Amino acid sequence: MSAHRQTNSEPAYNFAYLDEQTKRMIRRAILKAIAIPGYQVPFASREMPMPYGWGTGGVQVTAAILGSEDTLKVIDQGADDTTNAVSIRAFFAKTAGVAVTTATEDATIIQTRHRIPEAALQGHQVLVYQVPIPEPLRFLEPRETETRTMHALAEYGLMHVKLYEDIARHGHIATTYDYPVHVAGRYVMDPSPIPKFDNPKMNDCAALQLFGAGREKRIYAIPPHTQVVSLDFEDHPFEATKFEHPCALCGATMSYLDEVVTDDKGGRMFVCSDTDFCEGRRAAGHHGHLYGGETLSKEAAE
Amino acid sequence: MTAVLARGFDQPVAQSQATFRAVMQALANPGRLIAFRSTLDTDTPLPVNAAALGLALLDFEVTFHLAPSLSAGSVADYLRFHTGARAAKTTQDAALAFLDLAKDTLCLADYAQGTPDYPDRSTTLIALSTRAETGMAIAGPGIKAVGTLGIAPLPADFTVQWAANRAGFPLGVDILFVTEEGFIGLPRSTRIVGGV
Amino acid sequence: MYVAVKGGERAIANAHRLLADKRRGDREVPELAVEQIDEQLALAVDRVMSEGSLYDRKLAALAIKQARGDLIEAIFLIRAYRTTLPRFGFSEPLDTAEMAVRRRISATYKDLPGGQVLGPTFDYTHRLLDFALMATSNTEAPATAPHEPDVAMPRVTDIIASDDLIERNPPGVPGAEVADLTREPLSFPADRDLRLQNLARGDEGFLLALGYSTQRGYGRNHPFVGEIRLGEVEVELMVEELGFAVPLGDMTLTECQMVNQFSGSATEPARFTRGYGLSFGHCERRAMSMALVDRALRAEEFGEERKGPAQDEEFVLSHSDNVQATGFVEHLKLPHYVDFQAELALLREMRLEFTSKQNPETLEAAE
Repeated sequence: MSAHRQTNSEPAYNFAYLDEQTKRMIRRAILKAIAIPGYQVPFASREMPMPYGWGTGGVQVTAAILGSEDTLKVIDQGADDTTNAVSIRAFFAKTAGVAVTTATEDATIIQTRHRIPEAALQGHQVLVYQVPIPEPLRFLEPRETETRTMHALAEYGLMHVKLYEDIARHGHIATTYDYPVHVAGRYVMDPSPIPKFDNPKMNDCAALQLFGAGREKRIYAIPPHTQVVSLDFEDHPFEATKFEHPCALCGATMSYLDEVVTDDKGGRMFVCSDTDFCEGRRAAGHHGHLYGGETLSKEAAE
Repeated sequence: MTAVLARGFDQPVAQSQATFRAVMQALANPGRLIAFRSTLDTDTPLPVNAAALGLALLDFEVTFHLAPSLSAGSVADYLRFHTGARAAKTTQDAALAFLDLAKDTLCLADYAQGTPDYPDRSTTLIALSTRAETGMAIAGPGIKAVGTLGIAPLPADFTVQWAANRAGFPLGVDILFVTEEGFIGLPRSTRIVGGV
Repeated sequence: MYVAVKGGERAIANAHRLLADKRRGDREVPELAVEQIDEQLALAVDRVMSEGSLYDRKLAALAIKQARGDLIEAIFLIRAYRTTLPRFGFSEPLDTAEMAVRRRISATYKDLPGGQVLGPTFDYTHRLLDFALMATSNTEAPATAPHEPDVAMPRVTDIIASDDLIERNPPGVPGAEVADLTREPLSFPADRDLRLQNLARGDEGFLLALGYSTQRGYGRNHPFVGEIRLGEVEVELMVEELGFAVPLGDMTLTECQMVNQFSGSATEPARFTRGYGLSFGHCERRAMSMALVDRALRAEEFGEERKGPAQDEEFVLSHSDNVQATGFVEHLKLPHYVDFQAELALLREMRLEFTSKQNPETLEAAE
């Protein structure tokens, strides 16, 4: 098998770092994952040059699908400029020489940790999630042999018992992120630790959603326009988190907000977690009550 | 059998990736033709798109099966030589199975269906076919409302076979229809909801 | 007024530069050569090769240097390098009976064919700091014995097996595939080949603690060190075109064969059982720990009740890999503020509800 060497990027490694055999193995797993929405396909995850738990699953999925024509966006906590997002984006810029962007609408592949962008995704885009624990039943049943059987039998009673115990104890379903979903009426799936605010965006999404868990060696998928339902009860329907405040910088009222501590006297402000969304709104003239202008250089946004 | 085998990919990294992305889009958008024309040499023993698909997905870790119409010529040698993949002993052992809808009988139940614990351990069918203008109405994941599956030739009992395949979900086979213009995917999650 | 802070990329670059500076340390002190690590920190190199699953002393030494002596970090560097290497084939099974032995001890026999060979060991050293090593040492050459090439050194388990007093090794199946968890993700139940591979790459501290726990009653298996042997073994590769095996070179290995409590039944006479440990280089602690855990994981095979963590296959195999473990533990330092925010919001809501139940007026006043 001939190993293709890029001349214009990092010469010691193949395009997008992974060798072709590894890419093929991952690609075969992705095809199975698409065909069986929500089912976790085992794959022979490789050691990557970044630690397990830091996005190795997402990086492997991205590396397997990425082509030289792609434009890549990487976010962590919704932001393009968090250190791990910067690091992963730089990794692909170096090993694959692909175009990178922070603009959601310009990206063909978006790799994410913990958020779904606020802007609606399009059919030509692929959203790649980094997943720490892919098994939604893991904290109820630590044994893989047991959870595998539960999925095979679609036996998800335990999950409902857990959620109901929350209601009995707290008066609420006390799961605010990593909130389990039911995919296409068959598999219960872990959406990765996105806040439950983002769960509704998974349903009927126009983009293909791929999930990579490197340490746990699982890949799963939600095809475009697939029904994704957050688990709930008739008397306790699923409710996405709502914020009482608008974004202090762009004034958005429908976005997920980060709480920023501004002083040591209890001062707080709330700003969009999706930095690209927030910047776009500010550029379009929407300003929040603490907006102080764009004085800092954008060196980190390339 | 030809003495000299047709060439494989000149640019394995780029060509594999391009082929895979088209296949991925096809499976993620059932029934929709994903336009693709492989840049492989045209003297391959399989139609170029099917040959490219084989080269892109096969290697020494997986096996392939050839239906009778494809098993006589140099297809097996071509795939073995370029990918290192082994020929499967039976349809049940094959990760990928190639067949020509115009010449071979299609029997979905003959192929590996996966197991309840591991439904991914199933065969993916690579079906040489042509695109038809009209088709069956289909629904399911990857399809906004209702889509169309326009493939020819399909056996008369295809809807019955596919209903049985769908009924076994999450077990079952997935089909990639390969035409001159590109790929059309039919994953096991798709339901046929209406006739021509 | 508030302006968002940016600059992740420059911060990362500067952190890497600072790290390189700290790695080098005081420029007045001579820089450590990879050869020095290989020669003088040889046991660290052995551990990195074992858990890194790559037999290459120079690269392991380089990784230790690059990792500033953090061995798990060095193991990670080696693993990440190893995974990109092409595979040419599988070696023939190594024959440790043919080992050029440098150390060989048995706890089960006072004397035995080939004798006890103490070799280079910390055993019986008094653990007193040797202040002479503060200065450059002037180490004398080792004592040598006359070379006796024809002394046979049969494995102790083979000696016991000749009396049929220990379980027979399962017959090898020529051409049978051996599991490889780097090519197929771990699945359960795992066969012994897969378990042994997992343990051979497993974290030494984890194996040690688990092995220790079996001695303290969490899955006791009455071990005797049948034999520990250290030495060089030839690695051969069968070349199909040639029709015979070609030697590739020598490899230093430590092998530990534990002889454990017997099993028997109405149909089978009682026999000792085996626990097996093998490691690259000189790593007795890990080879012994591995043998204890291997035996503990065979509980089901011998109809023993599984009651200790070391006997729990899913628990042991899922948590033995320190590259996986360190990544996931350390990922907690990555930002989690989005999820934390979701928890904060719920907590505040619940506290508000709590307060309103306790004292309805307070709530109205607050709103």
